[in-house]
Amino acid sequence: MKSAVRTFGPLVAIAVLAVLLLVVAPSVLSPFRLNNLGKYCCWAIAAVGIGLAWGRGGMLVMGQGVFFGIGGYAMAMHLKLEAAGPEGIPDFMLLYGDGTMPGWWEPFRSGAFTLFAIVALPAVAAAILGWAIFKRKVKGAYFAILTQAMAVVFATLLIATIQETGGFNGLNQFTFFFGYNLYDPVNKRMVYSITAGLLIACLVVVWQLYRSRFGELLVATRDAEERVRFLGHDPANVKLAAFVIAAVMASIGGAMFAPIAGIISPSDVDATASIFLIAGVALGGRALLLGPALGALAVGYGRSTLSEQFPDQWTYFLGALFIVVILMFPAGLISAAGRAAGLLRPRRRVRPTAARPAGATS
Amino acid sequence: MIERLPLVHHSRSRLAAGAVLALTVSLGLAACGNKDSEGSSAKSCVDTSGDTIKLGFLNSTSGAMAISEQTVRDSLTLAAEEINADGGILGKEIEFVEEDGASDPAIFAEKIEKLLTGDCVAAVFGGWTSASRKAMLPVVEANNGLLFYPVQYEGLEASENIYYTGATTNQQIIPAMEFLADEGVETLFLAGSDYVFPRTANKIIKQYAEELGIEIVGEEYVPLDDDDWTTQVAKIVEAEPDFVFNTINGSSNVGFIKAYYEQGLSPETSPIISVSIAEEEAPAMGKDVTGQYAAWNYFQSVESPANATFIEAFQDRFGSERPTSDPMEAAYTSLYLYKNLVEAADSFDVDDINESADGVTFEAPEGLVTIDGDNHHIAKTALIGRINSDNQFDVVWSSDGPIEPDPFLEGYSWWDASAE
Amino acid sequence: MDSFTTPLLAGTATGALLLIAALGLALTFGQMGVINMAHGEFLMAGAYTAFLTQQVISNTDISILVAIPVAFVVAGLLGLLLEMTVISWMYRRPLDTLLVTVGVSLVLQQLAKDIFGAQGDPVESPGWLDGNVDVFGYNWPYRQMFTIVLALVSLCVLAALLKYSSFGRQIRATVQNRDLAETVGVRTRVVDRLTFFLGSGLAGVGGVAVSLISGTNPRLGTTYIISAFLVVVAGGLGQLKGTVIAAFAVGIATAFFADWTSASMAQVATFALVVVFLQLRPQGLFTVRSRGLA
Repeated sequence: MKSAVRTFGPLVAIAVLAVLLLVVAPSVLSPFRLNNLGKYCCWAIAAVGIGLAWGRGGMLVMGQGVFFGIGGYAMAMHLKLEAAGPEGIPDFMLLYGDGTMPGWWEPFRSGAFTLFAIVALPAVAAAILGWAIFKRKVKGAYFAILTQAMAVVFATLLIATIQETGGFNGLNQFTFFFGYNLYDPVNKRMVYSITAGLLIACLVVVWQLYRSRFGELLVATRDAEERVRFLGHDPANVKLAAFVIAAVMASIGGAMFAPIAGIISPSDVDATASIFLIAGVALGGRALLLGPALGALAVGYGRSTLSEQFPDQWTYFLGALFIVVILMFPAGLISAAGRAAGLLRPRRRVRPTAARPAGATS
Repeated sequence: MIERLPLVHHSRSRLAAGAVLALTVSLGLAACGNKDSEGSSAKSCVDTSGDTIKLGFLNSTSGAMAISEQTVRDSLTLAAEEINADGGILGKEIEFVEEDGASDPAIFAEKIEKLLTGDCVAAVFGGWTSASRKAMLPVVEANNGLLFYPVQYEGLEASENIYYTGATTNQQIIPAMEFLADEGVETLFLAGSDYVFPRTANKIIKQYAEELGIEIVGEEYVPLDDDDWTTQVAKIVEAEPDFVFNTINGSSNVGFIKAYYEQGLSPETSPIISVSIAEEEAPAMGKDVTGQYAAWNYFQSVESPANATFIEAFQDRFGSERPTSDPMEAAYTSLYLYKNLVEAADSFDVDDINESADGVTFEAPEGLVTIDGDNHHIAKTALIGRINSDNQFDVVWSSDGPIEPDPFLEGYSWWDASAE
Repeated sequence: MDSFTTPLLAGTATGALLLIAALGLALTFGQMGVINMAHGEFLMAGAYTAFLTQQVISNTDISILVAIPVAFVVAGLLGLLLEMTVISWMYRRPLDTLLVTVGVSLVLQQLAKDIFGAQGDPVESPGWLDGNVDVFGYNWPYRQMFTIVLALVSLCVLAALLKYSSFGRQIRATVQNRDLAETVGVRTRVVDRLTFFLGSGLAGVGGVAVSLISGTNPRLGTTYIISAFLVVVAGGLGQLKGTVIAAFAVGIATAFFADWTSASMAQVATFALVVVFLQLRPQGLFTVRSRGLA
């Protein structure tokens, strides 16, 4: 009986979240608030991936904005071309450039190619980068710093390539989403529902992964990489797989962010945006199944409401969140609350990444 | 040799099943959309029945742009208080809702939607970067709202739902080039932030320079938040231009100005003409910038009764040490223009306002400004100022009266938008 | 000729700045495994100290020289405060200190904005730094030479301290084997605290040099910190020479890339260079320990 609760409890929790997001929210929220919730869902999708890489895999990914951006820009390019019409080119290329479209934009006219690219591009990018880093056993803080530098460089690159990517202004003024007019509130709601559905799908995928051998190996690699190696597995491959999955999830979140926010620009994908993505994961509980998603939803909501109530104080809240949560509740508020209420027994697997004592050799 | 176990075994099929199920559900949801919609314009929820009228002020009070946008917020507040003291708009007192754009375009888009659909404001005032305006444009159009944008910008835009009270390029960049031609400048160096406005401005400058016979001897860009201009300034030293056209944005100007003087450049050799250094920025350079130039439509030193009143009121309200600058004046003017627009239309309705917009005027601190009903920009006089030792600008050149706005440069035969 | 001398000399000056910023990072990271993301804000604190010193001592010729030791102490104390209130509780979780200090960095930036205003404050260069000397067509500013001298002096003082003082020996012992150092009576926690003070103080000194380039502003730290981190990654741990070579290499490479392409592309190219370099030498230039332990 107990094991059944443990096995299917998370599934029930996901189902409850699904009902809340897909049934309750659309019927009680105004279109504006619902659209905002959609935005938080995009961040939550990326957060689920961060939970996998960081919470379970011990890889502090501080540059997920890059993959969020790859998905976001891929989608935005398609929407821009859709808005421009069959033979048209995006307006900004005429304004800032010489009115010709770079060849690599052309495939994004196709909706099918765009959907493929949203999954394939981040996967390939993450695989190349991850392979270069993990095979060389670069990890810990070095990995975190390299990923953050990557986010800085990515944003700089976008800002500098005005004629190709819209530069600092980013891509905006979308009118259609795969044939659906985005100015129609009904279609806005549909885009929201797809996003919420994708969030639930990502949670189901991660739930299965955590139950699989791969999930066990990932946690084992996090806690004792050398022992995993001695058992005949290459930890680099395990980490690489988690990193790639996290990248694809971030990309999916970014892809839905573009039509919901109506814009994707370098400030949505730079180092600050990447850190913002981590905030929710830390708050909710990095190693929990639902922690990252719920945390990201909460931080997104907090950003909207706190910045409405206290326009100038939002940065303090975000800073304090990192300090207080990481210092005092490293397993996240959900674990802390659960433990306080005695509802959750402290589990071996959900403790945060422990530092390996200095003195081991690799 | 240890045999590797498969990473995922029995659960693989279930994994696939779960993912497929969830995807099917979300794609099924797609069927809920409405493919044939024309895009319904949301009905306005503005309440004009009471004694007050709600307006939204949307400026960044946090993030990198807060430096500049706070000054705009201050002058908007001043204008609202003055109008209220004077009986309001159509007898209704202004009630302003403040929001923070956080220097992030996506936040601007979110907040303006909140202001228009949640707070039901009759008009929104704010935005600074082009990115923030571009992000707000589709929202304000979709909701048929009104936005007043108070900053000089790169032009090439006109929306039914936006009034642009700052200069477009033919009221700032092009007059600045005419001034340079009048000065007998033969060689020009372009220095800018790696960003949309400088790139577009320089595209116009290069085409007009060719027309005027001015040679461009160099063009350098540095990222927005990078302050070290040493290597780029070395190229200016080498090129020895008659003038430097500076389109650098924000704090990066400090690094540029310091490097410029350090390497022995001065207004005697290669003076700078800037389009983003105003009264607020000049004293913050850490160098004496006396003798350098700036192109604007307003300087604190402009002599007019309206300006004297504006400066006095502003300094009474916010402190006598506070300078007034072009974007602040444009924001102040925008609220008064809105008042005059509403009173000309005798209505707060957006369509009514647009109907009667052409020719609406305001006796602004910069001089008389007139709205162009076609492109929603305003006719403004272009000024070139030279910085004096009090960090104020002495006007050394001005256009012959207000220049009609021409955001798409249709009246300039040398302009070719599709040329590189 | 000056397409070679300009990037070389300007890049050396940038490298010097990166060196001052990275020395402190490398020191604390090498010894405690702590990455301090608020290190950039200690640079900022140094810059604001230079500004404040100038408000008190209006003679700019003297004030900048006074600012250097004052900035060292101010930033050092800030570092010490951070160590005592936050980091000392987290030595078992080095990766988490990275995130906590991200929070500290956000708070410090906002504090600077609230105290000094979002608009940057000017720092005037002293008269004896005004001017330049012509080196093969590059008007090499005295300010850049001053930065290089400042970096080299800081480096020499630090190296001497590590090599000849008993405190330095204790630091080196702690870096090489913490447990063993403790066994022979080194009070490693006290050593940690002093190292943090020293590393943060160096950032303060760097901040004074930065203020001569761009004045002060709340976002000043973020501009330099990423490059400083890349220097630490490329330089390896535990030895100063790796950091020194990496700092000048990154500074000069960036300057050359900027000369050939643009300043934006230079950032991209430098990052790519560091990643490629890590393929060749994953442990960095020099190291006394393996990267795998980080």
